[in-house]
Amino acid sequence: MTSARRKSYGVKGAPYAFLLPAAVLFALFFALPIGYALWLSLHKVQVKGLGLGAGARKEVWAGLENYTDSLTDSELLHGALRVLGYGAIVIPVMLGLALLFALMLDTDRVRLAPFTRLAIFLPYAIPGVVAAMLWGFLYLPDVSPFYFILDKLGMPQPDLLDGGPLYLALSNIAVWGGTGFNMIVIYTSLRAIPTEVYEAAKLDGATPLQTALRIKIPMVAPSLVLTFFFSIIATLQVFSEPTTLKPLTNSVSTTWSPLMKVYQDAFRTGDIYSAAATAVIIALVTLLMSFGFLRAANSRNKQEEAR
Amino acid sequence: MSSLAVRKAAPAAGTTPGTAQGPPLRRRIALVPTATLLLGAIYCLLPVAWVVIAATKSGRELFSTFTFLPGTGFGENLKDLNAYRDGVYWKWMGNSALYAGLGALLSTAVSAISGYALAIYRFRGRETIFNILMAGVLMPPVILAIPQYLLMAEADLTDSYASVLLPLILSPYGVYLARIYAAAAVPADVVEAGRMDGASELRIFTRIALPMMVPGLVTVFLFQFVAVWNNFLLPYIMLSDDEKFPITLGLFTLLEQGSNTPALYTLVITGALLAVIPLIALFLVIQRFWSLDLLSGAVKS
Repeated sequence: MTSARRKSYGVKGAPYAFLLPAAVLFALFFALPIGYALWLSLHKVQVKGLGLGAGARKEVWAGLENYTDSLTDSELLHGALRVLGYGAIVIPVMLGLALLFALMLDTDRVRLAPFTRLAIFLPYAIPGVVAAMLWGFLYLPDVSPFYFILDKLGMPQPDLLDGGPLYLALSNIAVWGGTGFNMIVIYTSLRAIPTEVYEAAKLDGATPLQTALRIKIPMVAPSLVLTFFFSIIATLQVFSEPTTLKPLTNSVSTTWSPLMKVYQDAFRTGDIYSAAATAVIIALVTLLMSFGFLRAANSRNKQEEAR
Repeated sequence: MSSLAVRKAAPAAGTTPGTAQGPPLRRRIALVPTATLLLGAIYCLLPVAWVVIAATKSGRELFSTFTFLPGTGFGENLKDLNAYRDGVYWKWMGNSALYAGLGALLSTAVSAISGYALAIYRFRGRETIFNILMAGVLMPPVILAIPQYLLMAEADLTDSYASVLLPLILSPYGVYLARIYAAAAVPADVVEAGRMDGASELRIFTRIALPMMVPGLVTVFLFQFVAVWNNFLLPYIMLSDDEKFPITLGLFTLLEQGSNTPALYTLVITGALLAVIPLIALFLVIQRFWSLDLLSGAVKS
């Protein structure tokens, strides 16, 4: 019958047919929106007269006007600086802890490893919004056990939701939520190191600390680079946590992070054009920083290999 | 195993530093690592323990008694939560289950068939297609959110279930994992044997390859389930009718109202507790089946 013919057509066309759903979804929900965002960022609305009636509002070409407006907006600049400060705390602390825990899990004779591994990974299952709520309540003087203890000890009680401590408070939420996942990623690549490597080190008389510093960390460097890379992308787009803390304190403004500013511009002020330009800038800065980091890390690796 | 054997033999030779320093008792527990991990576990469990206890307190107890002292108001809090706006809380939970469950299922299906195609077939443009799909992982959601909303508005789909479900179906990370897993778990000669038997390509995929890929697809499903369940930005932008809210957005609006009326705090706290229970339970039950190794792309053959 036709099965032979159908087969030969099938094998050639099959991969394309199989990839069709992904391609359609990609076009609709990735490519089209990105193109539209770029288009919007280069346009603005021109209002004729009082802006009433049909045809009074018209979309016109704006060139780079929205971009220059965004880049000279001091609110956005301050938001960017806030998030850079926040990221400078979150990323090293989170990945440092993740690496530390992964190394500890990978130590011989460690007890309770399955329990602690699961406990540290648990926050991954908790939505950022809920995590921010839980910590938010723990930061509130009326409810918090920390304040209770400080009060009993007669110690000063700092306001955790204001000024400098606010950065720490927000960073803590991200560190709490992200450490476990990164720990698992690093731990997995630690497990993949062949045992012969350790045996050689043992014979050379290396202490566990030396083994960790000289062998384990260099061997998991690629996954450290990867976790760093994705952490940069996630951190620069912080949105849910500060948004959730906002009802609990007056110190988090509606434009605390650049992403919150985009939301504010697009959906409160209603200026989607400048919001689109700001979004494009944030995306570009994010990609520049994350790829810049990747390049720096790769060139360092090459140098070390060359030595 | 073999490293254990080496360690047992080594002290006799007197070469390991542990014996060189000469503590007569062999340490049976690595103290520092165990203590460090326990501290980490306490840190991670602290807010969860707090919410469990805080949910048992009545509104008055919440502000007056020591935080880690259980209260007497859990039943009352549950009743209040049930009564809040005719039980809209449970509607949010149901919505989250729908978004995350159906979304993850569709996402896994798309990832499976795409990953399989990319792993098994050699065809023109394979790497290009893969790289373009992967670029999606790097696209910050912020640049997608506004145009997605506007395009949804064009299609008259804002404030609908579809507006939250559809944009999350394609997961570049899911495709990546499925590709790695298919390459490791589906041998090429099995596919070839299927062809010899005259099975169509689709049939080979659904009947032969798919069952082999199940363990990897469980990971993809769970990863995506958590991602959708935890998502906040997309529903926050798309939805205005609170009957369609997922639990994250619902709790957030509750907290927003609560900032003016602290009486709602107990509702928020009880709601937060009930919201984390399903995912924690899911974790505990299926962690056995979940090959976490796959999250970092490692496949043991």
